[in-house]
Amino acid sequence: MDLKDLYRDVILDHNRKPRNFGALTDADAQADGHNPLCGDRLTVWVRLDGQRIADIRFEGKGCAISTASASLMTEAVKGKDKAAIKALYEQVHTLLTHQEASADASLGKLAALAGVSEFPARVKCATLCWHTLNAALDRSADAVTTE
Amino acid sequence: MNAVSAVTAPYDAERVRADFPILAQQVNGHPLIYLDSAASGQRPLAVLRAVERYETHHHSNVHRGVHALSQAATEAFEGARERVRRFLNARSTREIVFVRGATEGINLVAQSLARPRFGPGDEILITGLEHHANIVPWQMVCEQSGCALKVAPIDRRGEVDIGRLLELLTARTRLVAVAHVSNALGTIVPVKRIIEAAHSSGALVLVDGAQAVPHGAVDVRELGCDFYAFSGHKLYGPTGIGVLFGREELLEEMPPWQGGGDMIRTVSFEKSTYNELPWKFEAGTPNISGAVGLAAAMDYLESLGLEAVAAHEQRLLALATAELERMPGIEIIGTAAHKAAVLSFTLRGCHPHDLGTILDSEGVAIRTGHHCAMPVMTFFDIPATARASFGCYNTEADVRALVTALGKAREVFG
Repeated sequence: MDLKDLYRDVILDHNRKPRNFGALTDADAQADGHNPLCGDRLTVWVRLDGQRIADIRFEGKGCAISTASASLMTEAVKGKDKAAIKALYEQVHTLLTHQEASADASLGKLAALAGVSEFPARVKCATLCWHTLNAALDRSADAVTTE
Repeated sequence: MNAVSAVTAPYDAERVRADFPILAQQVNGHPLIYLDSAASGQRPLAVLRAVERYETHHHSNVHRGVHALSQAATEAFEGARERVRRFLNARSTREIVFVRGATEGINLVAQSLARPRFGPGDEILITGLEHHANIVPWQMVCEQSGCALKVAPIDRRGEVDIGRLLELLTARTRLVAVAHVSNALGTIVPVKRIIEAAHSSGALVLVDGAQAVPHGAVDVRELGCDFYAFSGHKLYGPTGIGVLFGREELLEEMPPWQGGGDMIRTVSFEKSTYNELPWKFEAGTPNISGAVGLAAAMDYLESLGLEAVAAHEQRLLALATAELERMPGIEIIGTAAHKAAVLSFTLRGCHPHDLGTILDSEGVAIRTGHHCAMPVMTFFDIPATARASFGCYNTEADVRALVTALGKAREVFG
């Protein structure tokens, strides 16, 4: 296991300067994520345009992996529709949990998370933001169906 | 736990380390530096051998058969109880109940003493530095019985605010439950003073000694506590075995909390009568080999000398504290005047979880997280800390390895 593989420059950069950080005031939905084992907490806000994420922001306290993963996720999903996001999450999850998985070019900067698979204890740090995003999207779906 | 006095004989930590086979391994290409004894201590060969000897020569069920093995097992188990009695200087083995660990000991008192006796208007007093094991069982009892939970706060150093504790100790207080040593901060709590105050006010006292027993001699008669709970695995013994000491008069009055075999005298479908102390509280086949291992751990620790071990750990704590205080960006969480060998800290710009991973890659095992003390983290307004804790087998070289690995973390996150 190589530390440099986990803490790549992209990860360290997004940890130091997380993108899309801070509340989204005109959000359609939000969800809170909490990892009780390590105390990581984050909130994800989304504004939707039909099935598409028009804007997304997050805020929270967590380790470098969790913060960078959330930051990279917001960049990656902005403008994408729900189906594409679901497919993307499947890809990311495979990348995080399979050491032999190689990063597909379509993952873009998310490929920087590949090193996480060598550190099984840290996988949940990287997936917290995705679970939280899914919860926010589910909630927005609920809101649509109840209308 | 007494203050450490001057050491007479030199303490050979390298020799002690050699007694622990698990420590002679490489982790991630580096020699293992184990700094997580506050979570669980490792076992010396003497404990492993005692358990093996029991399992290969003496095992059967206790308190039953007339055959040789059953008698050998009973002797081993009850001999372990006598060993624990001496370790705690309790009056009688009737006061020594074997449980799974400190957590179960506390739950036993909560369910068997507090639940049937306490009600609305009664209060249980704990402190702000408790482990979840000394919070949640009382919250459950409060829900069940209608009594209230009060919390004496801690200050910025991580010491219990004794003034506030004394104010909260009123005629309504039925029980004070307090840690002897904080697992998250290392604070040694002045439990004797709290016990005296509680008793003058008519309250009983349970001491959670999980973190205290490995770091100094505990004398329950000298302390005057009503209950004292601890776990075997933090004392270099096996997991799944622990002890609840309770004053005989109190245990006598308490109903059993689990029913089953071994805890009864007679059973009929109309009514059962219960066994005498301490077996009244030990339903079912106990963890016999665990008790044997725990007794061996006590023998081992006393052969090193509890005072000598404590003095050695204090030297390591002082050295590590001085080194970490010099490192820019490090903040030590828990700066009580009297601490056991537990050092909690944060590194600016580096989450404790990242720190734990980086240190692990250097072979240095520390604990990161909230240490089952979320209210302590909330008090200091941090999500988590990194915690290095020292045991009888740690050396000055281990402290240096910690410092070097922290330097590496600062490089990565610099």
